[in-house]
Amino acid sequence: MGDAAKVREIRALIAAHKRWDLAFAMLGLLALMVGVLTFVALFGQMIIEGAPRLSWDFFTHFPSRKPDQAGILSAWVGSTLVMIVTAATAVPLGVGAGVYLEEYAPRNWMTDLIEINVTNLAGVPSIVYGLLALGLFVYQFGLGQSILTAGLTLGLLILPVVIVATREAIRGIPAAIREGAYALGASKWQTTSDHILPYSMAGIMTGVIIGMARAIGETAPVITIGALTFIAFLPAAPFTGDPPAGLFDWIMSPFTVMPIQMFNWTSRPEAAFHQNAAAAGLVLVVMTLSMNALAIYIRYRLRKNIKW
Amino acid sequence: MPENFVSDRLARRQVRHTKERAIESILFLAAFVSVATTVGIVVILLKESFVFFQQVSLWDFLTDTQWTPLFADAHYGIVPLLSGTLVSTAVALLVAIPLGTIIAVYLSEFAPFTVREVAKPFLEMLGGVPTIVYGYFALLFVTPLLQMLYPGLPGFNLLSAGLVMGIMIIPYVSSVSEDAMRAVPMALREGSYAMGATRFQTAIRVVTPAAFSGIAAAYILGISRAVGETMILAVAAGMQPRLTWNPLEPAATITAYIVQVALGDLPHGSIGYQTIFAAGLTLALVTLLFNVLGHILRKRYRQAY
Repeated sequence: MGDAAKVREIRALIAAHKRWDLAFAMLGLLALMVGVLTFVALFGQMIIEGAPRLSWDFFTHFPSRKPDQAGILSAWVGSTLVMIVTAATAVPLGVGAGVYLEEYAPRNWMTDLIEINVTNLAGVPSIVYGLLALGLFVYQFGLGQSILTAGLTLGLLILPVVIVATREAIRGIPAAIREGAYALGASKWQTTSDHILPYSMAGIMTGVIIGMARAIGETAPVITIGALTFIAFLPAAPFTGDPPAGLFDWIMSPFTVMPIQMFNWTSRPEAAFHQNAAAAGLVLVVMTLSMNALAIYIRYRLRKNIKW
Repeated sequence: MPENFVSDRLARRQVRHTKERAIESILFLAAFVSVATTVGIVVILLKESFVFFQQVSLWDFLTDTQWTPLFADAHYGIVPLLSGTLVSTAVALLVAIPLGTIIAVYLSEFAPFTVREVAKPFLEMLGGVPTIVYGYFALLFVTPLLQMLYPGLPGFNLLSAGLVMGIMIIPYVSSVSEDAMRAVPMALREGSYAMGATRFQTAIRVVTPAAFSGIAAAYILGISRAVGETMILAVAAGMQPRLTWNPLEPAATITAYIVQVALGDLPHGSIGYQTIFAAGLTLALVTLLFNVLGHILRKRYRQAY
């Protein structure tokens, strides 16, 4: 065989291998396309079905037996109130735990135990949190099927997200910042509250927003505590009603949330209710996706701006 | 004067010291809440299940092939619920593992920078869609679509719930696998390229084996996600417990059963109420098993380099 033939043979071999490269790159794009197509189909179907139902009335009406009069007033008010309790639970506990683990924790078995726990809790199915809440909050503590119970449950559920985000944000701060503060005579807490926390705020915010986006779409744990699906009233606003409600009376009120309302409408046989479900789903998806987008944007800005 | 000055400084230092200790204790308590949550979950599940197992023997629970706790003729066999969970998980994995792995290899080894910058947040968003919305999509979009291809398909079935659940867990599988592949040192790839290997050969024969334990961990996390998933199944797969291995049939999973009971009005302390804790305990044990396995695998690949 001549040299030219050999070279040709090798070239053919290289070309064949390169074709495999190209084929796999195509396959990768195709796999991504499956995700994109699903997303487009999901969003498109809900827009086609649900968009005609989206009107001012839909947001200001209570659920009803008549599909064309039903709205999501009690659901979005309930979701908002539950989210307030969730944030009030998860942010202080999660940030506190994250700061403790990064700045204070000694290297001992207790710290290891807490760290393993946080990792493990992130993998516990959300419905198990619902069972915890049912057994502990509803019956043991007698909190009932209230906004408080739901908020605490979802707060515990997103705790690992907030803790992990806090730790990662703190870990990104160079040791020199701490040493500078200590050199000026600052105590540990002064260093933490004046330097560590402000500098890691954007990272923590990202985690909190992602956690809240997850909590607002969670259905299973809230159903498990026995939240009612048909609520045609709002919790009493502070200082209204007779006798006047206290500042925090709403916290013990029965409630419904957006995903439960959507579940209720989805599981009905009538097609008209499915349109309501689509409209509620649209509102829910827009809410969670814009929260996620905000978090991604903050993280992107953060990556670009920080120069120690 | 100087004496006063010193004792003043000492007193302030004392106050500062006490304050510092108090803050440290508060922060420790915040961190300890996670441990308390785990203890709470274990205690509640065991306590309520214990009452359940006083009335139903463990043997019946594991071997009876019917799950009808709310009927007059009550049977308490977990197998029908487990079969629903396993079939739907298997369908989901058949979607998520191939697609998730291909996406991970593509994003880690092939994709240009811009594609990755767009694809990663997009996948994150796909993972952020509430599961109830996926449930709606499975019941009212995917099932009618499948019925066009296969007219005998019932309105509730494990197939469409499993398929949608598979799409939902693609981001979990792909992001953890991709992290594992990117943790493979560049030198390994450079060595491979220097030997004349192409991108594809390097990806399949060098990077993937080197990242194997991380990829396996991603699969296991995907499994545990699928086993614990609730709303997609409760909406699209039906709530009738039945022993079946056929994904074309409707069947309840462990999670869907818990939802079904919680939707009804079961008095606290009744045997029906206790069944959901026994079901929950089974679920928690299955996911715990997978989580521990995944944790061990992930630890191993971190130590490798």
